[in-house]
Amino acid sequence: MQPEPHDIELSVNGTTYRRAVESRILLSDFLRHDLLLAGTHVGCEHGVCGACTILLDGSPVRSCLMLAVQANGHELSTVEGLANSDGELHPVQQAMHDHHGLQCGYCTAGILMTMTAFLQENPLPSEHEVREALSGNLCRCTGYQNIVDAMLAAAQAMRTAAP
Amino acid sequence: MTTRFFGAPVKRNEDRKLLTGQALFIDDVELPGMLHAAFLRSQVAHAQIKQIDVSRARKRPGVVAVYTAHDYGAYWQPGPLLVPPPPIPGIIFNQRTQVPLAKDKIRHVGEPIVVVVAESRYIAEDALDDIEVDLEPLPAVVDIEAGLAAASPHVHDDLDSNIAAHVRQTKGDYRSAAAKADLILKRRFRYEHGISSPIETRGVVAQWNARGRHMTIWDTTQAPVFVRNGLAGILGLGERQVRVIAPFVGGGFGPKIMMFYPEEVALPWISMRLNRPVKWIEDRLEHFFATTHERGQIHDAEMAVARDGRILGIKDVFLHDTGAYDPYGLTVPINSQCTLLGPYVVPAYDSTFTAVFTNLPIVTPYRGAGRQHGVFVMERLLDLAAHELKIDPAEIRRRNLIPSDAFPYKNDIIYQDFQPLEYDSGNYEPVLDKALEAIGYAKFIREEQPRLRAQGRCVGIGVACYVEGTGIGPYEGAKVQVQANGKVSVATGIGTQGQGHFTSFAQIVADQLGVDVTEVDIVTGDTDQFYWGAGTFASRGAVVAGNAVNEASRVVRQKALKLASDAFECSEDDLVIADGKVSIVGIPEKFITMGELAQRANPIRGAVKPGTEPGLESTQYFGPPMGATANGVHAAIIEVDPQTFELKVLKYVVVHDCGTVINPMILAGQIHGGVAQGIGNAFYEKLSFDDQGQLLNASLADYLLPTALEIPRMELDHTTTPSPLNPLGIKGAGEAGAIPVGPLFAQAIEDALELKGKKIELLEIPLSPSRVFELTRKAEIS
Repeated sequence: MQPEPHDIELSVNGTTYRRAVESRILLSDFLRHDLLLAGTHVGCEHGVCGACTILLDGSPVRSCLMLAVQANGHELSTVEGLANSDGELHPVQQAMHDHHGLQCGYCTAGILMTMTAFLQENPLPSEHEVREALSGNLCRCTGYQNIVDAMLAAAQAMRTAAP
Repeated sequence: MTTRFFGAPVKRNEDRKLLTGQALFIDDVELPGMLHAAFLRSQVAHAQIKQIDVSRARKRPGVVAVYTAHDYGAYWQPGPLLVPPPPIPGIIFNQRTQVPLAKDKIRHVGEPIVVVVAESRYIAEDALDDIEVDLEPLPAVVDIEAGLAAASPHVHDDLDSNIAAHVRQTKGDYRSAAAKADLILKRRFRYEHGISSPIETRGVVAQWNARGRHMTIWDTTQAPVFVRNGLAGILGLGERQVRVIAPFVGGGFGPKIMMFYPEEVALPWISMRLNRPVKWIEDRLEHFFATTHERGQIHDAEMAVARDGRILGIKDVFLHDTGAYDPYGLTVPINSQCTLLGPYVVPAYDSTFTAVFTNLPIVTPYRGAGRQHGVFVMERLLDLAAHELKIDPAEIRRRNLIPSDAFPYKNDIIYQDFQPLEYDSGNYEPVLDKALEAIGYAKFIREEQPRLRAQGRCVGIGVACYVEGTGIGPYEGAKVQVQANGKVSVATGIGTQGQGHFTSFAQIVADQLGVDVTEVDIVTGDTDQFYWGAGTFASRGAVVAGNAVNEASRVVRQKALKLASDAFECSEDDLVIADGKVSIVGIPEKFITMGELAQRANPIRGAVKPGTEPGLESTQYFGPPMGATANGVHAAIIEVDPQTFELKVLKYVVVHDCGTVINPMILAGQIHGGVAQGIGNAFYEKLSFDDQGQLLNASLADYLLPTALEIPRMELDHTTTPSPLNPLGIKGAGEAGAIPVGPLFAQAIEDALELKGKKIELLEIPLSPSRVFELTRKAEIS
């Protein structure tokens, strides 16, 4: 009756994990409840709200729309890995703090992951481009304005920091 | 004091945890041996339950228990009435509260019938498919007008109709006002609100400790103290045996108050029976049915007006959809009834509503809590009157504003807090002036609109006013305590769902105690940390808990000065509190730190003077005599695409007066978020039910929450008229952004498409591109 577990090995924020998982376990559940990386949040489990966004080999994906077994052999990044080891916030995190870009903070992890990837791809975005990139992440608290301002500021900070 | 934090845009203390993924939300609670619950919910809206067979589910490996209503035994009781009806003469109220699991009858889609407890949520959900429920479907009550027809089926068989409540409130004499009117306008208005849909759904974790006979409940509630008291009662425990923790909560907006949800009742009972911790997290599909909504009203309203645009009186008869049960009493329709009056002088008012039971999910307050419905009716009536009387829409509003010397202003009807509706303070005209100036009202009408129209563009302007009763009682409390390490700990009973309490309350404390705002740790929503309180609702957290925090800090300050004056053998007048220490004026090197004073306040040896309390701490309470009335004006310039009817908000202005401001950055965030929800309500979000009570768009792919592309940039400004009802002068601000967006959009869209000339009136919310298209097409055809 119990389904056969599958052995998987993957890297999250630079740490390698080996686990045996049922094939049906969602990647979001695996990260949160097996690896106890609960900073990735689940909002809708149907790929609309974007709260569970993580990076898979550097690209944003919805961890609620993937199975843990599909992440076998891949490199993942989650919100827990954004700040550096001294605790210094990533420019995107810092800008969200500076611009009051979060209220309840539940959608925040997904927004941080989506936007770090976006700003790497587009270091000099217009406001409209930021809004378009952000439009796959739902936030019910902020009305987005402060997040947009934060991302424009983060883009500038990242450009200044980059050689 | 070196720095003043109160009134400054202080960045938030709580952000770091949230930004680094370290904040504890409900689904992050992991306990050894924890079980997981899933609920079998009705897929039909109205039915008799003939038989439930759970035998196959019980046999599934990994399933630990399966319970129906019959298994609850005496524990099965309808929920409490959270808010009794206000003391209004002649009121009819039929109390029918929700049940913990459906026993004989189903009354709405999503009502829970069976709860399965298993080793994992996956197995629990597998087992739901093993359950067979034999139902005899009944015709559903969906439409509130049809629900009052004699032939309608009844949601509650023991009532002889679907009337949940009937309330009439009057001010002055409408009939004689109408006799004097130059114009009487009469229309039917429909206003539907929607679901709050926080990005975090609800959840409950319960852990029974059999040895200690103690229950710990983590709950995404906005009202942890009420939940503790209520659950202790039904579980047969003392309140001290129950601890309710509302951890970080991912948005609330009202529906996370409603107690008791069936899951809140189920989980602690299950944990006690099985002696294991158990968790339930609502999924998004469940959220559409299992969390309360705020839905529709139909208003038949008329306004009697003088030729100069002055309101002589308003008569309104409306129906209110309360859903299958009415545990929250009449808060929503009373808010509609009272808030309709707005910032205007209305000499005569005759308002009657009937609340109707339907076979739809329960209605309880969602941000705005019925205020939108009333404001829509008033603002649209004023627009219609302005058009008929050829008065500018902004001007007709100005002519009716309550003058600044008329406060406190009495409205002679009863508000949701059971007190007479009285506006404590206000100065409305400058708010309107600022909004008109910021939007460029005169210039837009004179120059820009004609120029844009000449280019074939459909651009319109709107302006809408509102008041909001905020900061109602009964009370909140706070305990402020200086610790030996010099940090200040503050505990209060309210819950927090993103409002920035960890910062705004810290600002109040920091100023009183001369410490940095980051040295103040706030605990909210843990009943073991603070025992008493009501909760976070009705824009009351900052007003009521904020003033309690201020009062407790003030007493601690006095204690610190007393202790230091004893230590230095000097007068308290010679002391100054700053930078975490108390020093002698003019001799900064002569100081004692707040931490040392805290230690002195709890000596190990020696005699303590009679009447002295140990500890550098104080617990104080604050209860306002009535709610404080905030007000504001929203203005917008909106372009409509005449082909697709999609909108582009070219400019959006909010001018708001919520009394004294603690943190303008947090306040702006509250307004932004409120406007975004208002825009969703006005133009994007619609709950679509079929005639059998099925919700046809129960997913975020189909129920459209606005994204960053739909929400415009907003320009904010404020005026400050302090409330005389509390020492800090604060009025609430949480709901203001959401309240006037519907009439604002209707007005601006009508103007953009020049609908008045085509005899088309937008008298309903939500609108949408397809709905505006339908309404304009219908008019063209006829």
